Amino acid sequence: MRHRLLPGGLRIRLVAAFALVAALAALSTGALTFREARTGILQQSQDTVIRLVRNRIDTLAWGLTFPPTQQDLAALAANVAEADPTRQWRVMATYRGLNATSAPQDPFTELTPALRTAATTHTPTVFQRVTVAGRSDLVVGMPITFASADHKRAATGLTVFVVVPQTAEQAYVQALVSAAERATLPALVLAVLLALLAARGVLRPVRDLRQATRRIAEGRLDTRLAVQGSDELADLSHTFNETAAALEESVAELRRMETKARRFAADVSHELRTPLAAMSVVTDILDEDAAGLDPDTAAAVRLISQETANLARLVEDLMEISRFDAGAAALHLDDIDLAESVQRTLIARGWQNHVDTRLPEPAALRGRVDPRRLDVVVANLIANALRHGAPPVRLSLHADPRPARDGAHGTERWAVIEVQDTGPGIPENVLPHIFDRFYKSDTARTRTQGSGLGLAITAENVHLHGGTIRAANHPHGGAQFIVELPLPELREEERS
Amino acid sequence: MSRVLLVEDDPAVREGARLALRRQGHEVAAAETGEDGLAQLRSFQPDVMVLDLMLPGIGGLEVCRRVRADSQLPIIMMTARGDDVDIVVGLETGADDYVVKPVQARVLDARIRAVLRRVEAGPSPEGAAPAAETHGELRIDRAALTVTCGGAAVPLAPSELRLLLTLSAAPGQVFSRQQLLEAVWEHSYHGDARLVDACVKRLRTKMGEPPRQPRYIQTVRGFGYRFHSPR
Repeated sequence: MRHRLLPGGLRIRLVAAFALVAALAALSTGALTFREARTGILQQSQDTVIRLVRNRIDTLAWGLTFPPTQQDLAALAANVAEADPTRQWRVMATYRGLNATSAPQDPFTELTPALRTAATTHTPTVFQRVTVAGRSDLVVGMPITFASADHKRAATGLTVFVVVPQTAEQAYVQALVSAAERATLPALVLAVLLALLAARGVLRPVRDLRQATRRIAEGRLDTRLAVQGSDELADLSHTFNETAAALEESVAELRRMETKARRFAADVSHELRTPLAAMSVVTDILDEDAAGLDPDTAAAVRLISQETANLARLVEDLMEISRFDAGAAALHLDDIDLAESVQRTLIARGWQNHVDTRLPEPAALRGRVDPRRLDVVVANLIANALRHGAPPVRLSLHADPRPARDGAHGTERWAVIEVQDTGPGIPENVLPHIFDRFYKSDTARTRTQGSGLGLAITAENVHLHGGTIRAANHPHGGAQFIVELPLPELREEERS
Repeated sequence: MSRVLLVEDDPAVREGARLALRRQGHEVAAAETGEDGLAQLRSFQPDVMVLDLMLPGIGGLEVCRRVRADSQLPIIMMTARGDDVDIVVGLETGADDYVVKPVQARVLDARIRAVLRRVEAGPSPEGAAPAAETHGELRIDRAALTVTCGGAAVPLAPSELRLLLTLSAAPGQVFSRQQLLEAVWEHSYHGDARLVDACVKRLRTKMGEPPRQPRYIQTVRGFGYRFHSPR
């Protein structure tokens, strides 16, 4: 499992992307809508004000006397102010230094000098939006002109300024802003939800794929994904299934070939066994009578007898290896005295005077092992030492308590068997292959007495017991084989 | 000089074994099939039967079973190593011993002689004249080599008899399987403990032992067997 920089990985990234897109969409939509709406609202209010003011002035202008007095201006301002149905307008009429406002003592602070100048120098209406202390006002400046006979407008110098509070418009705009704000939050929440949904849709197939891959890695090659829909993920699942099927087919084919090869080896050995059985049973007759034959015939007869025995052993070893390969090798455990068992192995083969043994006292080291397989292990190692090493061959056996494996408490008993010779040792290039089948240490491939399977069978027998075997060269010369066997506690089973 | 009935389907093996056994001083009759072997039982009256397990027609196991149905003739099975299940079943069916093919003539001869020795008188208890011993309902006559249980004769094959005699010679003493293999089967190599287990099983069955609570031949877990004499 690789460490991911982002917790949650793909899900977090999807949610972030969705939220970002939603926020951007909501904000940009809000901003554009706001701008357009605000412009529209203000434009409309402005047009309305100008129309009203113009209409009022048009109707009042006829009654104006020139040059107007302060009272005329005040009356004009009051009159214009009355044009507003909401009575919120403040009006100021100016004429060459004279000012009059609709509301008495109105300082008319909203009127900027720039607007005043613009209103007196331009003939068309001017207006400006002014914000004072958080309040937005529209200030309109309208010079009063006369139409002359040549349709040219002449300024009279009389200008009317109107301050229209924009509270309603401000409220509209404020409502727009808050609406945009209010819309953004649900949009974000919705986006996150959608992102989670999308992530789930993507992640579930990905998770299934990961689990399936792991199952395949564990060797369950019949693992397949359920393909839903027809998107890219479904394609990926489909591809995975095809790959798994192809892999399963290849592995099955390999296994079939392997099984075939193994069965062939086993069958060949089996077929060889019957003629060998017939030959083996009569070799004693040949050996007995060889002495009475002429020397050449005697030698030939002894050769046949000897090679029959070798061939029988080779076939027997091949059968044994075939059984290990087929997983048909069974352990027949018995509770035995290991030292006694080792002694018997040596005595049965007449080696007791060729091997220097260091064994525990009788009954000091008992354990459940397969006596026949232990015999094979010890016999093969000693035969190997006598054949390839040089006497004296030393064999030692001792108990070795160890901490229990599998996290269990207490100790486990192990038996350690060491076989050491004083020969030239094992060449370094041979050591890794010493337990290989038919491995010949010299390139000439001369046949030794053994079947070439002895050490391989020895290793298999040790492994069958759950033990280990290793070969090394002793610092003081000679080869050394170390076998370590676990001695399980007596199982509670009735042997009756 | 003993009479050996050899049942073996392969002609070469059959001929080779016949030659070799005759050379070892046995009188040999050979049968090609199980049926033929069973037929020759009456005509030839062998002392021992050497029986190949893998026979065409009725197999070696069936032949063994039929022989055991009414006879305690010593039977040595010939098997190939790896037919493990067959060995156990064969032993439980009543074979006394087995050899693994390919087998050399002197090995086969040694097994035949060993199994025949089992029907001879066993060691008598020190000093005392051989007499019948009584252990509960069990009566063992070491001289006549007969066993009765509750008054009824118990017919025992050579291995079963020798095993019972060995165990009952020292009531209470624990014998390991290896010791019993040496004492009864004379296996000097690492014999197969399953021989002992199968033989004990047969012996208990014939003596009518309750399966869970054997009275006479008791299992000592991890060590072997001992004979218990109820007083």
